[in-house]
Amino acid sequence: MQVKVLSAKFDIPDANTLEVAKKHGAYATLDKIFAMQPEEVTEIVKESGLRGRGGAGFPTGLKWTFLPKDTDKSVYLAVNSDESEPATFKDRYILVRDPHLLIEGIIICCYAIRSHAAYIYIRGEYTSQVKVLQAAIDEAYAAGYLGESVAGFDFQLDVTVHRGAGAYICGEETALLESVEGKKGQPRSKPPFPAVEGLYGCPTIINNVQSISSLPFILANGAAAYKAYGTEKSAGTHLFGISGLVKKPGMYELPFGLPILDVLEQVAGGLRDNRTLKGIIPGGSSTPVLTAEEAKTVTLDYESMAAHGTMFGSGGIVVLDDTVDIVKLVENLIHFYHHESCGQCTPCREGLGWMLKIVQKILNYEGTMADIDLLLELCDNIEMKTVCVLSAACTMSTRSYLNKFRSEFEAYIAHSASKHATM
Amino acid sequence: MSDRSQLIETGQPFNFDAQRDAEFERLIKRYPSRESMILPALWLVQEQEGWISAEAMAYVADRIGTFASKVYEVATFYTMYHLQPKGKYHICVCRTLSCYLLGKQEIVDYIIEHLDVKPGEVRADGLYSFEEVECLGHCGSAPVVQINGEFYENMTVEKLEELLATLQ
Repeated sequence: MQVKVLSAKFDIPDANTLEVAKKHGAYATLDKIFAMQPEEVTEIVKESGLRGRGGAGFPTGLKWTFLPKDTDKSVYLAVNSDESEPATFKDRYILVRDPHLLIEGIIICCYAIRSHAAYIYIRGEYTSQVKVLQAAIDEAYAAGYLGESVAGFDFQLDVTVHRGAGAYICGEETALLESVEGKKGQPRSKPPFPAVEGLYGCPTIINNVQSISSLPFILANGAAAYKAYGTEKSAGTHLFGISGLVKKPGMYELPFGLPILDVLEQVAGGLRDNRTLKGIIPGGSSTPVLTAEEAKTVTLDYESMAAHGTMFGSGGIVVLDDTVDIVKLVENLIHFYHHESCGQCTPCREGLGWMLKIVQKILNYEGTMADIDLLLELCDNIEMKTVCVLSAACTMSTRSYLNKFRSEFEAYIAHSASKHATM
Repeated sequence: MSDRSQLIETGQPFNFDAQRDAEFERLIKRYPSRESMILPALWLVQEQEGWISAEAMAYVADRIGTFASKVYEVATFYTMYHLQPKGKYHICVCRTLSCYLLGKQEIVDYIIEHLDVKPGEVRADGLYSFEEVECLGHCGSAPVVQINGEFYENMTVEKLEELLATLQ
């Protein structure tokens, strides 16, 4: 099932160095792209069907066309390497095992969007990863792939690593821009969208590391070669992160469209200790959970996920077996979102803390049946009433657990009722 | 959101050492706005001193040419900036989702009981400080522990014991 498109160099020793990366084809697309017009590059990316790999799945080439034409302002590229969504650990492999793939992708993108400055926003916790990435960038500068004249062509490009410092919200694209500008990571109201008014008030494209790193294959082999993988609407491959209670967790590159349960069995080795599947979180903690029954018909692509009421997200799949206490899991997740709220909007800042207290009350056997409905009501009242979707990520996932595993919450409450009755 | 409003004064002036000074000058050329240097400069302070004092914040503000309040705002917002000295070994245990499912609590309990340090605290002798942190992006090799920036994957209490023995 596994394929080697993006991960072609991941298992080659020292592929993070320029010498080894070049032996295996790094920077080979540059002659080709600089012979084209920027718009032709964008057209190939559009044709390839590449969609944003950060979670939203927006078509990458189409996003680039939202930049204003003939602007006299600078155009910026921000590469989102914040990778903080729980269950997501894919981009880190690119940063460490094939950083020149990312740099080549940045050159391709910047040429297409006529940008001369790219910032790679990397989460602060990736301390060893940032060293490998910076070393690769330094090598690329020394070899003339970055700087005044990229690979000898009449194109100047600077790539700068900007380290975050422990804020999940900076994965949200406008919070990321604020952070690069030296501010708290608090999302901006949209519109204006970053393509029109982004970094320093200038047109800006924000793409995920994996999206950018998909470009060299597409430009080298053509849109059709990329579309040969995956499904019609979910083209290509994805770096899936499989974690949780499986025998072989890890990062696997797979084409889109495979049945999720086949992947669980054949790629991730199945459940540990021959336990029974309870549910699957399909694409990071923010995506609504699938029950074992629902998972039977789900395939790993944007359309199937949407048809099952959830989202493809980041491709971070978490497998839950019958030993998992859903109420405790929900407490763990709401704690995360509450901790990571930037504090800008009241419904998120206060509401998520309120939700956390209610779930903790249920876990302490002090809940009542009305608390379940109160949680659902809070979800409705918080959702989409904030500048960004952090709180919605929390409420959409929480609601899915409340609706699909309600009996587990009720069991805690029934236990508390009997406990109080005997007191 | 967490309360990180306390500032500590050392009573000593702060300056970048030569290496950080050069890195500051290299980086500031990369940004069209000097204020973009607030996060990188705070990282340089923390690399040099291990934490960020009130004097260091004032220095960063002066060096960039911005208000001290803007630096303070950033330093207190981002949880990886240490606003007090940390232990010789700063231990972060991931508490979220996959690490939770795969037994991070045993590791947390071990640290509290055997290393005698609670989450968010520094042990009295300064050897260890400990934090439970949100997702560290190593879910496929959970549970994960980060000590002074290095990741240790597929952790167990036994492996942590062995690791700590080699660190002292």
